[in-house]
Amino acid sequence: MIRAHVLICGGTGCTSSGSVSIQQAFADNIKANGLEDEVKVVQTGCFGLCALGPVVIVHPDGTFYSRVTVDDVAEICSEHLLKGRVVERLVYNDTGSDEPVHGNVALSDTVFYKTQNRVVLRNCGVINPENIDEYIAMDGYAALGKVLTEMTPEDVIKVITDSGLRGRGGGGFPTGRKWALTAPNKADQKYVVCNADEGDPGAFMDRSVLEGDPHSLVEAMTIAGYAIGATEGYVYVRAEYPIAVARLQIAINQAREYGLLGKNIFGSGFDFDLFIRLGAGAFVCGEETALMTSIEGNRGEPRPRPPYPAVKGLFGKPTVENNVETFANVPQIILRGAEWFASMGTERSKGTKVFALGGKIKNTGLVEIPMGTTLREIIDDIGGGIPNGKKFKAAQTGGPSGGCIPAHLIDTPVDYDNLTAIGCMMGSGGLIVMDEDTCMVDMAKFFLEFTVDESCGKCTPCRVGTKRLLEKLDKITSGKGTLEDIDELEQLCYYIKENSLCGLGQTAPNPVLSTLKFFRDEYIAHVVDKKCPAGVCKDLLSFTIDKDKCIGCGRCAKNCPVNAITQTDYVAPGHKLASYVIDPAKCIKCGVCMANCKPGAISKQ
Amino acid sequence: MKSLAELQAIKEKMQNKVALREGTDEKRVVVGMATCGIAAGARPVLNAFVEQVNEAGLAANVTVTQTGCIGLCQYEPIVEVFEAGKEKVTYVKMTADKVARVVEEHLKGGKPVAEFTQVDIK
Repeated sequence: MIRAHVLICGGTGCTSSGSVSIQQAFADNIKANGLEDEVKVVQTGCFGLCALGPVVIVHPDGTFYSRVTVDDVAEICSEHLLKGRVVERLVYNDTGSDEPVHGNVALSDTVFYKTQNRVVLRNCGVINPENIDEYIAMDGYAALGKVLTEMTPEDVIKVITDSGLRGRGGGGFPTGRKWALTAPNKADQKYVVCNADEGDPGAFMDRSVLEGDPHSLVEAMTIAGYAIGATEGYVYVRAEYPIAVARLQIAINQAREYGLLGKNIFGSGFDFDLFIRLGAGAFVCGEETALMTSIEGNRGEPRPRPPYPAVKGLFGKPTVENNVETFANVPQIILRGAEWFASMGTERSKGTKVFALGGKIKNTGLVEIPMGTTLREIIDDIGGGIPNGKKFKAAQTGGPSGGCIPAHLIDTPVDYDNLTAIGCMMGSGGLIVMDEDTCMVDMAKFFLEFTVDESCGKCTPCRVGTKRLLEKLDKITSGKGTLEDIDELEQLCYYIKENSLCGLGQTAPNPVLSTLKFFRDEYIAHVVDKKCPAGVCKDLLSFTIDKDKCIGCGRCAKNCPVNAITQTDYVAPGHKLASYVIDPAKCIKCGVCMANCKPGAISKQ
Repeated sequence: MKSLAELQAIKEKMQNKVALREGTDEKRVVVGMATCGIAAGARPVLNAFVEQVNEAGLAANVTVTQTGCIGLCQYEPIVEVFEAGKEKVTYVKMTADKVARVVEEHLKGGKPVAEFTQVDIK
C-alpha cells in the first residue's frame, strides 16, 4: 500500500537542471531502502518556482524541497521517507516573517504561493500529466460530460460570456463573444484552433500548461467544438517545446483510447478529434491569420482582416482560435459556474492571469494571480524583489509587442484596461523585470532587433519601417544621434503602427514608444550629453583610472586583452608605485580592468 | 467513454490514489518512525494504518504520516492522532493487530481506544 508520494517536477526548467536523474536516483534509493511498496515517485508539471529548481514535493506532509541534487536523494530517502525526519536544509519555507521558521510550512503560507490563486495551473505540479486517470481524479473531463449531457451549445456560450473570460494571448477579446460570432455561421466543416505558438522572449506560461496539464486543453477544445459546432481541432505548437509536444500527444492518444475524443463522445452523438501541428518557430505565426496559413501548409504570413476567422478561417471555414491559457480556464468555468469566475479580478478583467517572471528578480518562475493584483505585490512579494540590493527601474510586459511600466507606476493594478491606459499591454504574460543597470534605449533596441528578425516581410511598413527604427536606435546608442532623430523615431513609430497589416507590425514600435514616454530623458542623455546613464551602451562609455587612488599593482594592465593600459611616471602621495592610465583609442570597453581593480580606482561613465 | 457513469467510476477508483497529495487537516495519524520506533516495529504499524484507512474509505479525511523520535523510546511504537479542535490522543506500544480497532473505533467512530493509551503522555 502506498503511503507517500514523491512528486518531482518534470517541467522544462527543472528538467534542464537535472530532475530526470533525480527521479532515477529516487527510484534506486527507494528500492535500496525497501520502500518500493510504500512510496511512489510521480513526475509532474511545473510548480512555478523555477529559480529554486529542481523541486521535489513529498506528500502527505507536503514538504517542499528546493534545489535538490542527486547527492541529496539518499538523505531524503533514509531520513524523511524512512524515518519521517524532514531534511531541513533543503526545505523552502520562506514565510516572509522575520522569525526564523523551522521545518515544514504549508505552501499556502510561503511568500511565493500565498497571494497566488491557481486556477489555470491548478493541476500543474499535482498530477502526473502523462496519466489520464489522475486528471480524471481531479474532476477532469467532468466539464465535458456536463456540457455534452446537460447543456446546449447556446448554454455553453452563455456561461463563457457571463464569466467575463477574455483572451489570454494578449488581445483580451471576450472569449464568449468570439464563440458566439462563430457558432451561427453555416458551413460543412468548422474548426477549433489552439494557439500554442508562444513566441515572446521570456514567456513560458503556455508551455507549462501543456507540460503540466495537457488534458485540460484537450477537454476545453472539445467543449469549444461542441459550442460552435466544429468536429475538428488543431493545436499549433512550437517545435522548440519537445516535452510539451510529447505530453500533448500522449494526452490526445489517451483521450482517444478512452473515447473522450472521436465518435459519439459520452453517447451524445457529438464527434470531435484533435491534431497537433508543429510550428518552425517563426514569431509571426503567433498572429492568428498567419498561424492558420501555416497550418494549411503555406508560408506563415498574415492575411488581411476582414474576413475574420469567425467567418473565414482555417481552410476558409469558420474557426475559433484561442490561446492555451484561455482554454485552460474553460473546464473550470463550466464546473464552478460563471459567477465563481467573475468573482475574481477587476470589473472588466475577470479571473486570474499567469505571468512568467524573469529578468532581475529573485524568484524567477511562473505565478498565477487574480487580475488586479498590483505590480508591487508581484515583484516585491511573490517575486522576492530585486537581487543584489539594486533598485527597481521598470518592468516590460507583453514582450516585443508591449511596453514598460516605470517605477512610479508600480502600484498599478494589473489588468487589461489599466495596462492599455498607460501605453502598455497585458500581452501573453511575460514579465521582465529591469533594475537600475538597464539602459532603456538599449532595451528598446533589443526588442527591435527581435522584430526586425521576425518580421515576415509581407507588408512594407513592418519590413522596412522596423529596420529604419533599429537604424535610428543604433545611431542614438552609438552617440551619433541628434534631437531630430528622436522626433523622427517617434513619428516613424506611429506610421508603422497605423499602416502595418498584422499585429506584429502594429505593436512592434511599442517598446520604443513606451520608453520614449517614460524615459525620454535617457534618450536625450544619449544624444545631447553623449552619455548612457545606466552605463550600458559601449560607444558612450569611457573607462578612466583615478591616478591618486591607483596603487600601481598593474593587475589592470596584465588583464587588458588589447594592451590599452600603460604605466605612467606619476606616483601618488602615500603610494610606492607609479599609477596606470588607459588609452581611450585602444580601449574596447570590455570592463575587465574595472573588475580586476582591487582599490576601485577605475570608473566608467 | 460512453457514459458519465464510466467517468465517475474511474474518478472514484483514482481518487484514493491522489487524495494523499491534497492533504487534509481533519484527522492526522502520525507514527513515530525514528530508529527506536522502527526497531520496536513501527513500520508494520504504519503500513497497517495506510492500508486500513484506505479500506475503510477514510482516505479523504485522514492523513497518515510519520515523524521522528517522540522521546519516549520505551513506549514505541507510538502513534499520535491529531484532530482539529480536540486534544491529541497518544497510543503506545502499538502493533499491527491493534490498528484495526483504532481505525474502526477512533477514526471511524470518533471514540479513542482508551486501553491502548495507558501512559499519560501530554
